[in-house]
Amino acid sequence: MKQLWDLAGVFAYLSLLTVGGGMAALPELKELTVNTYQWVSFPELLHFYSLGQLSPGPNMMMVASIGAVVGHIPGAIVALVAFFLPTGLLTFAVGRLWTHLATWRWRPAIQTGLGSVAVGLVLAGAIIMGRGAITDLFYGAIGLAVFLLLWRTKINPAYPIIVSGLIGMGMHYFGLG
Amino acid sequence: MSDTQELAPPPSLGRLFWVFLVMGATSLGGGVVAYLRTGLVIRQRWLDDLTFVELLSISQTLPGLNATNMSILVGDRLRGGMGAFVATIGMCLPGAILMTGAAFAYGIGGDDPWSKAFLHGIAAGAVGLIVVVMVQLGAKVLKTPADYLFVVATAAAVAFFKVSVPIVLLAAGAIAIWWHRPRDKSPP
Repeated sequence: MKQLWDLAGVFAYLSLLTVGGGMAALPELKELTVNTYQWVSFPELLHFYSLGQLSPGPNMMMVASIGAVVGHIPGAIVALVAFFLPTGLLTFAVGRLWTHLATWRWRPAIQTGLGSVAVGLVLAGAIIMGRGAITDLFYGAIGLAVFLLLWRTKINPAYPIIVSGLIGMGMHYFGLG
Repeated sequence: MSDTQELAPPPSLGRLFWVFLVMGATSLGGGVVAYLRTGLVIRQRWLDDLTFVELLSISQTLPGLNATNMSILVGDRLRGGMGAFVATIGMCLPGAILMTGAAFAYGIGGDDPWSKAFLHGIAAGAVGLIVVVMVQLGAKVLKTPADYLFVVATAAAVAFFKVSVPIVLLAAGAIAIWWHRPRDKSPP
């Protein structure tokens, strides 16, 4: 039972860090779920995160996976509700007040200011996740190839990520991975 | 722009739930915004492009994921509070079930060397995806050289100096917002 409360607290807190999208919460997600509470190992977190990129819908549904590891189906539900409720209520309220806020003179400042911090948090997330996933040059090349492909084309990200997995399996077959 | 087309009447709660459930189940690969626009503006004609862009800009300003923020705002516009609720549940349900299932499957087969090899591969690919998201987000919001400094300072503080994220968010956020503060137009 205590674990469910911990899940609720952690994911409600992470919810508030998702400025500019879910990836801004990655550094703190790793810190709390791997280091502080030790619910998952770092490789497990990486695996759930990457599987989450292959699942449809919002790109952070992997919070359900961590919840399920900790507390089965109730854990998954608690993690999801905690992760979506605080920002959800905020969005609901602001959506109704928007006509007043749209012309607020500080709004562009907040949007641009928090925007650059959000980009910084995503970069930190890429560095932290990269430390775990890019274990040698070959995996670096996979990451770089996916980046270039997604940056330069409009291909669905699910395809190159699946191909990355198949390449990983190929490396295992040839005894390289 | 499809502004000239007439809008369809607001849907029933059941229909709203169903349309969001289908989008939640088919929006593979993370580009939910594109799926939302196709579904809501073009196919259902529940919103015009102008409203869609307005709601999207609210979604991007506030914390939270774009996909769920958009579900809440669109649901509320079309069917009030209950609409926001059913749209969000519909959007999240398929992915939530899949990822909960993934956790159990992982418990059974996660240690298999073939699964490990696959997962290691997709993790490397996912890092490439994070960098793309960063570049795309950056292209939209980074305007002055100072903005790039805020990015590097934030990333270095979190990834290398282990400063806790809320402190970075408050400190760097406050400085960056102050940097872009509204200035009164100088008198002529």
